[in-house]
Amino acid sequence: MSIDPRRLVGVKAERVTNISSTDFPGHYPGEDHSWDAQKFKQNLKVQVQRVSNRSIDFDLVGVDASIANALRRILLAEVPTIAIEHVYVYDNTTVIQDEVLAHRMGLIPLDVDPDMMTTLLPGDDLTDRNTLVFKVDFECTRNPRPPPGATEPEDLYLNHELLSKHLSWHPEGEQKTYFGNHEPQPTNGDIVLAKLRPGQRVQMDLHAIKSVGKDHAKFSPVATASYRILPHISILKPIPKEHAKKFQQCFAPGVVDIDPTTHAVSINQKFVRNDTVTREVLRHPEFEGYVELSRVRDHFLFNIESESAYEPARLFKESIKVMKAKLATVRASVELLRNPTRSEDVVMGS
Amino acid sequence: MSQEIPKVDIVPNTASEDGSAATYRIHEESHTLGNALRWMLMKNPKVEFCGYSVPHPSENFIHVRVQMYDGFSSTDAFATALDDLENVFDTIEEKYDESLKSGKYETWVEKS
Repeated sequence: MSIDPRRLVGVKAERVTNISSTDFPGHYPGEDHSWDAQKFKQNLKVQVQRVSNRSIDFDLVGVDASIANALRRILLAEVPTIAIEHVYVYDNTTVIQDEVLAHRMGLIPLDVDPDMMTTLLPGDDLTDRNTLVFKVDFECTRNPRPPPGATEPEDLYLNHELLSKHLSWHPEGEQKTYFGNHEPQPTNGDIVLAKLRPGQRVQMDLHAIKSVGKDHAKFSPVATASYRILPHISILKPIPKEHAKKFQQCFAPGVVDIDPTTHAVSINQKFVRNDTVTREVLRHPEFEGYVELSRVRDHFLFNIESESAYEPARLFKESIKVMKAKLATVRASVELLRNPTRSEDVVMGS
Repeated sequence: MSQEIPKVDIVPNTASEDGSAATYRIHEESHTLGNALRWMLMKNPKVEFCGYSVPHPSENFIHVRVQMYDGFSSTDAFATALDDLENVFDTIEEKYDESLKSGKYETWVEKS
């Protein structure tokens, strides 16, 4: 499979070559690289590869790294979610200090669609649209009837572990009807928040609000959102069959195929994406001049793992939405620079 | 509070008289927008130079420097780049939706 060499970033034993993209007007004499929406649309390829209940893998082909990176950065830091922000501690006699327990509360992922809420800005009043209230009232006691000879805490005591499922949601205002049967709750009910012994108690009010990952990492909607660049391996001349096995073992499993009868070596184009580009093959003198390693500059293999209320497939769309909102805000303000007589004002944070 | 500061302004003493070159300051933006915008401005053949920077990590704004050939307006180029970027993301979303709709992908269950 031949690829335009301009799309390849070379991976040599101790250096990378051909690093920067060169598709700009004026870079190549006589070639037009100015922005062309039609051409971009033709070249662009998005292919979803794999979807689970928690993650999505897809290929984004034909965009500059700055575009792919903008979306990745937005996924980490600017797609909003709901998390506990204010904790009012009435009683906490566990061994976990108030502030540590409060911090843990903040980190619990909540299953609330962020579109259902508005952002609480400084100076705003708390309303049923910007704040959710959870309460915890949890006390550990002795099990009045422990099994004979019991030694384990779960046998000896009642309520010896405070879990995320023990947060109870208290609807305010219209929230009861607004959220309907999709009640706000932690995405995972089995997160251990504190361990207790008889007589210890936790009583708290928790206020959850909407915000973004750049405010605090607990608001980040993803566990990871990352991309790799597609590896590309070209075999320059046939690998001698006595070295075929060794050649295969220089790459990740599945990347190199060896024909069982002819022992001809080829690259599996479906699994080449699994290669880690270790450059192991470049360490062996017998393969010198036989192979070239590179990566395809504009072929991004995205992996997004949701750790929030968002379906994995929805996250990428949300990041596009945030980016477009950014562009619109800046665009309106640039219009104001061009035409300062207009009355509507575009200000920061709008 | 910050009500009076516009989202975008021109850094004092950086604009040429005809407006063909200027450094724009965009408040509350980072590399996320800066690099994408720089790329789109560089795709414009009328742009002689474009670069962006985050002058200081604890000041929440970026600088975007634009210099045009033949006295073209840098502000116009800036606006065009923003429009074109919007088109980029519309196209990406469209193709992403298409791929999701086609259903040609593997599905699996991940235990949490």
